[in-house]
Amino acid sequence: MAETPKIRVPKTAKKGEIVEIKTLLPHIMESGQRKDKDGKTIPRKIINKFVAEFNGKPVFSTNIEPAIAANPYMQFFAKVEESGTFKFTWTDDDGSVTTAEEKITVA
Amino acid sequence: MRHLSRRAALALGAGSAAITLVGWNSGAFATPQAAADDIAKFTGGATPEKGKISIELPEIAENGNTVPLSFAVGAPMTDADHVSDVLVVAEGNPNPGVATFHFTALSGKAEASTRIRLATTQNIVVVAKTSGGKFYTAQKLVKVTIGGCGG
Repeated sequence: MAETPKIRVPKTAKKGEIVEIKTLLPHIMESGQRKDKDGKTIPRKIINKFVAEFNGKPVFSTNIEPAIAANPYMQFFAKVEESGTFKFTWTDDDGSVTTAEEKITVA
Repeated sequence: MRHLSRRAALALGAGSAAITLVGWNSGAFATPQAAADDIAKFTGGATPEKGKISIELPEIAENGNTVPLSFAVGAPMTDADHVSDVLVVAEGNPNPGVATFHFTALSGKAEASTRIRLATTQNIVVVAKTSGGKFYTAQKLVKVTIGGCGG
């Protein structure tokens, strides 16, 4: 059920460079505000947390409410001093977790 | 939408508006007061100073279901002094909360972009907190043509 996230991280960077990162996870982000044909509220089901780490250290995270659009997109930055691995984690309301990793070489 | 005739576009707009209205819980909208309460919780009661934040949002959002939002806080990003948290609230959505962003010195810049839902024409308020406990705020009005009622 877990969808594959789309991620843009540069392959290489200079030491101390601030690199741009873009992530998107396909997800309905059901807000809990909508009703079905019978007038019943469709239960909320969203990604409520996104975390980005670099070599195990926190870089950027977001606590997400239903007002974030479907297929939650996040663009942010990271200052890289060494080569390593970015880890991205999305947490669903149902407790399921999607993770992805991207390596960057810092010269 | 661009390739539709004006009449078709209007009909489509009206249809979507009707569908959206059916989905709304009447009286379930946030108010500027509810948004202010969220901000007060975030700042611990402190009044944020105006400025230091630039917000990018369209003046008119044709589709409230996905509205691009970017913000940038003009502040240092060092271990000793950096923007640690940024709260985004919407004054006219069913709930004022949109998202809270957390930054560290490793973020390099206190900037981010995402896409948000807006139910109606309203103010979006951004409040930034620094590691030194200072608060800054800015806001921007967005006119919404077709509401994205969290749908």
